[in-house]
Amino acid sequence: MKTMLKLSFLLMVVSLAFTSCKKDEKTIKIDGSSTVFPITEAVAEEFRSEMSNVRVTIGISGTGGGFKKFGRGETDISDASRPIKQKEIDICKENSISYVDLTVAFDGLAVIVNPENTWVDYFTVEELKKIWEPAAEGKIVKWNQIRPEWPDQELQLFGPGVASGTFDYFTEAVVGESGSSRGDFTASEDDNVLVQGVATSKYGLGFFGLAYYEENANKLKLVAVDGGEGPVKPSIETVSNGTYSPLSRPLFIYLNSKAAKREEVKKFVSFYLKNAPKLSKEVGYVPLPAEEYAVQTKKFEDFLKSL
Amino acid sequence: MSRIIKINRLKNSGFQVLGIIGTLIGLVLLAIFIGDILMDGLTRIDWDFITSLPSRFPEKSGIFTAMMGSIWILLMTAIISFPIGIGAGIYLEEYATKSRLSKILEINISNLAGVPSIIYGLLGLEVFVRILHFGSSLLSGSLTLALLILPIIIVATRESIKAVPQSIRDASYALGASKWQTIQHQVIPASFGGIMTGVILALSRAVGEAAPLIVVGALAYVPFAPKTPMDDFSVMPIQIFNWISRPQHGFIENAAAAIIILLIITFGMNAIAIYLRSRWQKRISW
Repeated sequence: MKTMLKLSFLLMVVSLAFTSCKKDEKTIKIDGSSTVFPITEAVAEEFRSEMSNVRVTIGISGTGGGFKKFGRGETDISDASRPIKQKEIDICKENSISYVDLTVAFDGLAVIVNPENTWVDYFTVEELKKIWEPAAEGKIVKWNQIRPEWPDQELQLFGPGVASGTFDYFTEAVVGESGSSRGDFTASEDDNVLVQGVATSKYGLGFFGLAYYEENANKLKLVAVDGGEGPVKPSIETVSNGTYSPLSRPLFIYLNSKAAKREEVKKFVSFYLKNAPKLSKEVGYVPLPAEEYAVQTKKFEDFLKSL
Repeated sequence: MSRIIKINRLKNSGFQVLGIIGTLIGLVLLAIFIGDILMDGLTRIDWDFITSLPSRFPEKSGIFTAMMGSIWILLMTAIISFPIGIGAGIYLEEYATKSRLSKILEINISNLAGVPSIIYGLLGLEVFVRILHFGSSLLSGSLTLALLILPIIIVATRESIKAVPQSIRDASYALGASKWQTIQHQVIPASFGGIMTGVILALSRAVGEAAPLIVVGALAYVPFAPKTPMDDFSVMPIQIFNWISRPQHGFIENAAAAIIILLIITFGMNAIAIYLRSRWQKRISW
């Protein structure tokens, strides 16, 4: 007993003694959106072979949580799935932090039905809301309740699990409140299950990341969405030029100007922009058009010159 | 007369059935959960999975950095919370007079045990990360978790000390022992099994926490195992949470595999708790 107490005190002293010796290894600190995380993780993973002596760490505090740390100068780069808000800009100014925002990819959602579905030409956002809002639970159960000319058949709904960012994003864009949805649909965290579900039920309807549609295009029918300016089908083009709205959004990284002066950070960000087209696609997002990456690279280089 | 007996017997067996159902619900759910996890994840566990760094390819991804982070967190949290928690328990039970102050302390400790873990995360972020400038380090993380589990350790310590018969203390005093000698040679050894059980169960809770550590600034992608208490870190629950929210099926398998490893750690710790308790109980020879 005595020795155990002594031992634990000793260990405590030793561990505290460690705290005084901090090494100056090259570290790039990134935090922010869990939606952007897979892209940044992929870039960091590839960057390991480029500069193995640089440690890149990535957190998932969420876009807001990430900006809080960014505004205090605690992180070098912030992942964001929305532009910075005025309140967050003010905090950055207060702490005299300047930054540049770079768009790295697009996140697009596909609304899909079975290939045998001949009646659906497009959905308006209002119709999607009518189907998915919490009030629809147990009430909107047939296709003809959405539009009277559609068949008097059961509506079979498929969607991502409530824990996923895709679910949050869809509900926010369509219902108006993140996470607010009916509960009586087939939910799966595995988008391939949703693909199977819609592909095998004639009266099925589902939504998931655009990349999953592209991989299974022969089994599914993509539906255009009318966000107020006519029906638009999602494609790499319409997602990246913003006409497929509201179910697409740009993803950003924000770079602190002080960090941008460091050689390893410069290298990392230019590596990021160079590899984002390939890597964002690999993890399931829509890359920007090639000329847009050129614009972002130019923006980044101009920012470096202005420092 | 016989009717009353019959009714009482019926009530008796009725309650017994209720008790068995209650026990079974927990056990069956646990069995279903573990079976499901084993089916999803067992095939994924191999040496590579344990020694690999995180990756965007689920099949190349591993648990190494998160597991090392969890082990560091576990050890440091134990080292910090063990002396403080047991010290506080001994003070409250053996030294504190039954005054209003000690009553307030007691109530507050019980209240602390019920505070949601995310609140401790916010406290840790403000105090350890920002005011004390420990950064988002292992030290901040384990200090936060130590705070989180202190109430549990204190309560467990007090309960075990309470279970030591007063006659033992009286006998010790009668032989001329001082208060500390009595505590050191009689009370602590007699209650140590119970205290250790409390400590280890509390640590099992700490090792499963993700929320307070995310708030403190634990990361989701760390390409190195921590070397000092000031290093950035990730832990297994955060890695599991991250994998589960990914759409690719391979990551779900990874998450299940990581859950199995986390369960092994937790069950292992509970086994140690049981072993320690039985060993200490054998050593008590009065």
